[in-house]
Amino acid sequence: MHTKTFPNTIAELAAGLRAGEFTSVELTQHYLDRIQQLDSQYNSFITVTPELALQQAAAADTRLAAGDAPLLCGIPIAHKDLFCTAGIKTSCGSKMLDNFVPPYSATIVENYQRDGAVMLGKLNMDEFAMGSSNENSFYGPAKNPWDTERVPGGSSGGSAAAVAAQLAVATTASDTGGSIRQPASLCGLTGIKPTYGRASRYGMVAFASSLDQAGVITRSAEDAAIMLNTLASYDPKDSTSIDREVPDYTTDLGDDLNGLKIGVPKEYFEAGLDADTEKAVRNALAEYEKLGAELVEITLPHTHLAVPAYYVIAPAEASANLSRFDGVRYGYRCEDPQDLMDLYTRSRAEGFGQEVKQRIMVGAYALSAGYYDAYYKKAQQVRRLIKKDFVDAFEKVDVIMGPTCPNPAFKLGEKTADPVAMYLEDIYTISTNLAGLPGMSIPAGFSSGLPVGLQITGNYFDEAHMLNIAHRFQQVTDWHKQMPAEVQS
Amino acid sequence: MSWETVIGLEVHVQLATQSKIFSGSSTAFGAEPNTQASAVDLAMPGTLPVPNEAAFKYAVMFGLAIDAEIGKESAFERKNYFYPDLPKGYQTTQLEKPIVGPGRVEIALDDGSTKDVRIHHAHLEEDAGKSLHEAFFGGESHGMSGIDLNRAGTPLIEVVTEPDMSNAAEAVAMAKKLHSIVTSLGICDGNMSQGSMRFDVNISVRRPGEPLGTRTETKNLNSFKFMEECIAREVQRQIDVIEDGGQVVQETRLYDGASKVSRSMRSKEEANDYRYFPCPDLLPVVIEDDYIEALRKTLPELPDARSTRFQSDYGLSAYDANLLSADATTASYFESAAQQSDAKLVANWMMGELAARLNAEEKEFADNPIAAEQLSALVARISDGTLSNKMARQVFDHLWTGESDVDAIIDKHGLKQVSDSGAIEALVDEVIANSPQQVDNYVKADEAKRPKMMGYFVGQIMKASKGQANPQQVNAVLAEKLAGLL
Repeated sequence: MHTKTFPNTIAELAAGLRAGEFTSVELTQHYLDRIQQLDSQYNSFITVTPELALQQAAAADTRLAAGDAPLLCGIPIAHKDLFCTAGIKTSCGSKMLDNFVPPYSATIVENYQRDGAVMLGKLNMDEFAMGSSNENSFYGPAKNPWDTERVPGGSSGGSAAAVAAQLAVATTASDTGGSIRQPASLCGLTGIKPTYGRASRYGMVAFASSLDQAGVITRSAEDAAIMLNTLASYDPKDSTSIDREVPDYTTDLGDDLNGLKIGVPKEYFEAGLDADTEKAVRNALAEYEKLGAELVEITLPHTHLAVPAYYVIAPAEASANLSRFDGVRYGYRCEDPQDLMDLYTRSRAEGFGQEVKQRIMVGAYALSAGYYDAYYKKAQQVRRLIKKDFVDAFEKVDVIMGPTCPNPAFKLGEKTADPVAMYLEDIYTISTNLAGLPGMSIPAGFSSGLPVGLQITGNYFDEAHMLNIAHRFQQVTDWHKQMPAEVQS
Repeated sequence: MSWETVIGLEVHVQLATQSKIFSGSSTAFGAEPNTQASAVDLAMPGTLPVPNEAAFKYAVMFGLAIDAEIGKESAFERKNYFYPDLPKGYQTTQLEKPIVGPGRVEIALDDGSTKDVRIHHAHLEEDAGKSLHEAFFGGESHGMSGIDLNRAGTPLIEVVTEPDMSNAAEAVAMAKKLHSIVTSLGICDGNMSQGSMRFDVNISVRRPGEPLGTRTETKNLNSFKFMEECIAREVQRQIDVIEDGGQVVQETRLYDGASKVSRSMRSKEEANDYRYFPCPDLLPVVIEDDYIEALRKTLPELPDARSTRFQSDYGLSAYDANLLSADATTASYFESAAQQSDAKLVANWMMGELAARLNAEEKEFADNPIAAEQLSALVARISDGTLSNKMARQVFDHLWTGESDVDAIIDKHGLKQVSDSGAIEALVDEVIANSPQQVDNYVKADEAKRPKMMGYFVGQIMKASKGQANPQQVNAVLAEKLAGLL
C-alpha cells in the first residue's frame, strides 16, 4: 500500500489534486490497488481497466497542471456495466453480452471523459438491470460492504458496493424502478436519479425505455451535484432527452431551508415498513424541521398500484427491447445451431438468466392480443393517475420525503425464492419512475447496524433544489460519513 | 352466375430521403452488403432512433397530394416479430396515429370515365434488411444465410386503400396512379425493380349483393404486369374454390412472376401476434399547421394538372397527355425533348419506338439510353425532311446502342434522305430506262390498275437510292414521268 492517505469525497480530492498533495496517477493507483486487494470480498467490478485508468490519470495530471481543468478531472470513478464503453466489454451483467465490446461509448461516458474523470472499470449489476439485490448477475452477486452476507441492493449493486467499500470515489448507475436509490439506501450512500430526459440514454443498454434514467451514487450530496453537472446533458442522439439548460448543481447547495414545505405521504408509513427504518426516517424529518422546514402530511392515493403497474409496463417494454439479443449479430450464440428457430431459442434460452426470461414472458403476455387492454393499457392509465398524484402533491409542497426502502439490506438468498417480496423492495421508489420525477436517497440512520435511506422526491427538473435540501441535512448530520468497520480499517 | 371482385391495395413506398428514417446512414441502392448500416441500424445495445425530418416532410407531401387530412400528432408503435433481417426484433411503424389520414385518388378507366379510390390512411415506417439465401461466401453458402442491413431503416410510407377496386385493370390503374403521384412529388424514385414500390393486393370475390367474401393477401408484387396477372389468377382461383363447394381461406400468398404461380405463405391461424405498443424511444411528433401550409405552397405539379397542361401547351390528346404526364421522369423527358422540336412527333416517338424498345428489353424508363436532347435532334431531322421514318428508326437503333450524335450518325451511315430533285429525276429516268417490259405493261394497263403498278417503280427507285430518296418526291416525279409516256 501507498503511504499517502487520501480523502474520500470528490470535493476534497479535487482540492488535493489542485494543491499538489497527490497526483491523479497516485490517486488512481491507490484505487486500483484497493480494487485488486479487496474486491474479491465485494465483487463490485465486472471489468477493471488499470492501464486505461492510468493513461487517463496521466492525461488528467497534464491537464490539471495546465490549469482550468474541470472539477472531475483526475477523479477515479467507475461506470455501471450497462453504459457502453468503446473498446471495453459492456456485459449488462449478462451471459448474453459477456463477449460484447461496443464500438461506441454512451453519451454519459463521453461526458465524463470530456471532463477528465478517470475510469477504473465497469461495475456489477443485476442482469439487464432487472433485480433489487444484484443476485441476478451472471458474474455473481455483489456484496454489501456493511455486511458481506447481505445484498448491496440492485440493480446498481456494484455501483453502490464500490463506493461504500471505497473502491471508487463515485459511480454512475441507472434507475428504472429504484435501482439507484435502493442500493444507495442499503449501502449508506447518496444516490440521485434525475428527471426522465435530463441525462442521455444513448449507449445505455435499455431495460424499460420510458422509465430508465442514468444517475450517480456518491458519498455526499455535494459530490452528487458535481457528478450530475457532467452527467446531465441534452443529447440529439436521444429523442427523449430534453433540450433544457443544465444548471450548475453546486451553486445553491448552501441555501437555507426556511419555509421549505416537505410532503410526507401517509401511504409510505403503512404496514410493511421496518420499525427502526421508520424511526430513522422520522428523526430525519424532525431534523429538517429544525432546519426551518415544515412537514405536511400528503396522500399519494394510487401508491398501492405502482408496483403492479410497473410490473406490466417495464416487462412489456423489456420484452421488445431485449428482442435484439437473438444470436444473429453480436452477443451470445448457441453452439452449432441446427436452423433459425434453434439459433433463436437456444441462444436466448442459454444467454438470458431466469429473471430476465421471466420478465420477457410477462411482458410479451401483457402485450398479447386479447390481453393488451386488460394489462398494458390499464397499467398506462394507472401510470397517469400516479403522475397526477404527484402533480397534485407538488401544488402543496416543495418536496416529498419518506423511506427509500421498507427495510435495510437483507441476506443473500433471502428473497430470491419470492419474487413478490423482492418486487416490494421498490414499493416507495417505483412511483417516481412512473411519473418521470427526480428521486434521491441519502443516509439517515441505521436499523440493526445497517444503513437506512431517506428518500427525497422532487418536482420535475428540481434537482438543484433536492441537492440543496440533501446537502443542508448532511451539514448537520454525519450519517453519510459513517463507514463499514471493515472498510475503515 | 356472375361474380364481383373486391380489391384493396397496401403499397410500400420507399421515400427518397438521403438518410434513413432513424439513423444517419445512406439509403442509396446497390452498395456492398452492410456498408450502409450504422450501430443504430444494426440495433446495437443502447442505440436509439432519431427521426429524420425529411421522411415526415415527404409523408405530409403525399397526404396533401391525395387530399388527405394530416395527422397533427403522429406517433410510432413497435411491431414485434423475430426475423434475421429485422435487427431490433421489432419494426418501428405507426398504428394508432398515422401521419396521413383518409384521402382519395382519382383513376382513369379504360372507357374514358374516372373513379375515386379512397385511401384509408398512410403511415410512416422503417423497411427491413434483406436475407441473402443464395450463395454469398465466394459462391458457397455452407448452409447459411447472409443478412444485408443496408436497406434496414429505409423510410417507407405504407399506403392503405379502401377495397374500392373491382378488377385487375382498376387495381393496376390505381397502382400506376400512385406511382405517378409519388414520382411527381419526388418523394420516391419509383424504381420498381429495385423494390422502391411494392404492392400487397387484398382480393376477395362475392356474388352481387352479398357481403364481402373472405380475402387473401398477396404480398410484395413489384411490377404492374405481375399485379395484373396475379389478380386475374387469384380471382379465378377463388371462384373455382367456391364453385367447387369449398371456402376461401384467409391467408397470405406469394406470387412468383416467373412461373406465374401463387402459393400460400401462411394462414390466419399461423399469423403473428405482433404485440404492438407505443414506441417509448420516440415522442409523438406534432405537425403544425404552418408547416403543412408551407409545404402545400411548394408542392410540385401533380400528374392530373400536368396532363391538362400537356393538352393545352403541346396540343396532345388526353390519352397521350395522361401517358406522358404520369411519371415525373417521363414527363420531364418529354418536355425537354419537345422544347426544340415538334411536340406531337416527340410524343409519338416516345410512346411508339421508345416504349416498344424499353418493353422489349424489359427496361424501366429511367434506364433509357437515349437522352432527351438526342430524341429531340432525331425528331428535328424528321421534321426538316432529312430523315424518312424508316431512316429515323435506323438512327434510333444507333442511338440505342450508344452512338451519341444524330448528325454524325446520319453522315457516318449515309442515312441522309435524297431530296435533290435533279438526283431523284435521274434515278427515276434510270429505272424507267431499265424496265421496258414494266413500262410497256403500265402504259397498256387500265387507268384503275396503274396506281398499284407504280409500286414496282417506287421500290426499284428506293432500292437504287439505297433507301435514301425522299419517297414523297419520288412519287411525284415518277407520276409525272409515267404520265408523259401515255
